[in-house]
Amino acid sequence: MPVHNFERFENHTPHLKLMELEGLTIKQAHDGLVAKEFSAKELAKAFLSRIDKEDGAIHAYLLKTAALAQAAAAKADDKIKAGESIGLLEGVPCAIKDNMLVEDQACTAASKILANYQAPYDATAVKKLKSAGAVILGKLNMDEFAMGSSTENSAFGPTRNPCDLERVPGGSSGGSAAAVAADECVYALGSDTGGSIRQPASFCGVVGLKPTYGAVSRYGLMAMASSLDQIGPLTKNVADCRAVFEAIRGKDGRDSTSANFPAIGRSKLEFKNLRIGLPKEYFAKGLDKDVEKLVRQAIEMLVKQGAKVQEISLSHSEYALACYYIIMASEVSANLARYDGIKYGYSAGADKKQEVNNLLDVYLKSRQHGFGDEARRRIMLGTYSLSSGYYDAYYLRAQKVRTKILEDFKQAFAKVDLIMTPVSPTPAFKLGEKIDDPVQMYLSDIYTVPVNLAGVPALSLPCGQIGKLPVGLQIIGPHFSEELIFQVAQFCEDALK
Amino acid sequence: MKIDVEHVAKLARLGLTEQEKAKFSKDLAAILDFIGKLEKVNVKNVEPMTQATGLVNAWRQDASIKRDKASRQRILDNAPDQKDGYIKVKAVFE
Repeated sequence: MPVHNFERFENHTPHLKLMELEGLTIKQAHDGLVAKEFSAKELAKAFLSRIDKEDGAIHAYLLKTAALAQAAAAKADDKIKAGESIGLLEGVPCAIKDNMLVEDQACTAASKILANYQAPYDATAVKKLKSAGAVILGKLNMDEFAMGSSTENSAFGPTRNPCDLERVPGGSSGGSAAAVAADECVYALGSDTGGSIRQPASFCGVVGLKPTYGAVSRYGLMAMASSLDQIGPLTKNVADCRAVFEAIRGKDGRDSTSANFPAIGRSKLEFKNLRIGLPKEYFAKGLDKDVEKLVRQAIEMLVKQGAKVQEISLSHSEYALACYYIIMASEVSANLARYDGIKYGYSAGADKKQEVNNLLDVYLKSRQHGFGDEARRRIMLGTYSLSSGYYDAYYLRAQKVRTKILEDFKQAFAKVDLIMTPVSPTPAFKLGEKIDDPVQMYLSDIYTVPVNLAGVPALSLPCGQIGKLPVGLQIIGPHFSEELIFQVAQFCEDALK
Repeated sequence: MKIDVEHVAKLARLGLTEQEKAKFSKDLAAILDFIGKLEKVNVKNVEPMTQATGLVNAWRQDASIKRDKASRQRILDNAPDQKDGYIKVKAVFE
């Protein structure tokens, strides 16, 4: 049984044995490579064999890309041997959520409908990691098309939480969080539409960032809900999170919604001037008492440094989840129309077991047998919300409520620098506990979805454990305030050690 | 509130078995019940939000991306059926 390694290497330890390599952070791996304590090939090999050994019980990986990893590692080793300097991510092993394209590798979004799909190009975020010299170990499990909060909606079987194998790792980036927590990669990319990076990061005890909408290009990310989706890092600590974010962010001509990210300053943070808001609607009924205690303790440490805490109100919070489900499902119904059994993916027309008489049959049966239950539920909900006679009552109304939710955040950020909340109302729940009750499952994202609706950035930071189950603190900032979030998260991380 | 699942599934081009119709009908009724609370928000004179960070009209060249033969073939190989460099589909008109 794999054991989660909660003890990280505090400082750079010379003469690491190969056995210990898998626990390294990006910085530690980089330092070891530069000092020639191990080669990038040895590092890649250590991770690939750990995946072979440990991932049977966890199932974080859908695909191992050993040849790709070894080629990238060899390139890094050549540079080191030649005495050239290497970048921070160069030669460092990572893994990618399976809804992002890695050229010439299978990419399934954990859906049967894409079981045999081969990516014809790299997603921009993947391309950026590759040009930074990243060693890609494989593709990670997720809820089908990123729809879910537990990774139980994967067509290829659930991922288990490395901290407690009876429990879910969260979702939809459950494979990403579990792989980082189980030391099966140094860091991972995930995507977050309503909490899909932050909630699993919280459940598995790793750091996860949902960047400002548009900070990272979505080109090559399989679209779920385009106005909400963002790619972001899941890492072992805050410094790594910053390093990966800096490598993948930036405007991209291939994503018209990507934004020019303002230059990041590194001014030293003054805690005595820091104003933190605690939304009263988040510290209310439904929040687990032990989760609340740990979150408040973390905030208390900032108060001791001089930060000023005040209660604020995000008065439309109560409506955020309902608003999210209409907007997300509407966009899902449009985005998933492309999976029709014609251009790529599973086709009933090519399946000898299916009786297909005409074009309509191809559509109906490809989608019936290709999509899982949650994907079909959301497609139907979205189709309904956008259909004639219901558009005004559902979609248009939800878009207006979304304006109110953004206004709540804008008003709050006129009074405070950052907002702090729990990531999820409870720690990781058991497999099977919520799978038959969609609405209960949706409620585990109640503190994370408003952030996507407003397009603001938020980071999930481990802030303690209930028994063996990690709890996450959510740090939310205004648009493009990632640097401030990182600085405060770094302080909390150091203080919690 | 109840969704006419059969009608919506047809619009969405989703095939459903009788059993699935009953199941999704129940699931969707529960979700609609949950999202019905939006009726309580006063949205009079509120503009619908379409973009979070305030971007407007991002333009690009109306140009295609040139692909080499191998790249073209990779895309074709993902199609369920192909013929002479085209994706083959069932007849659109009977």
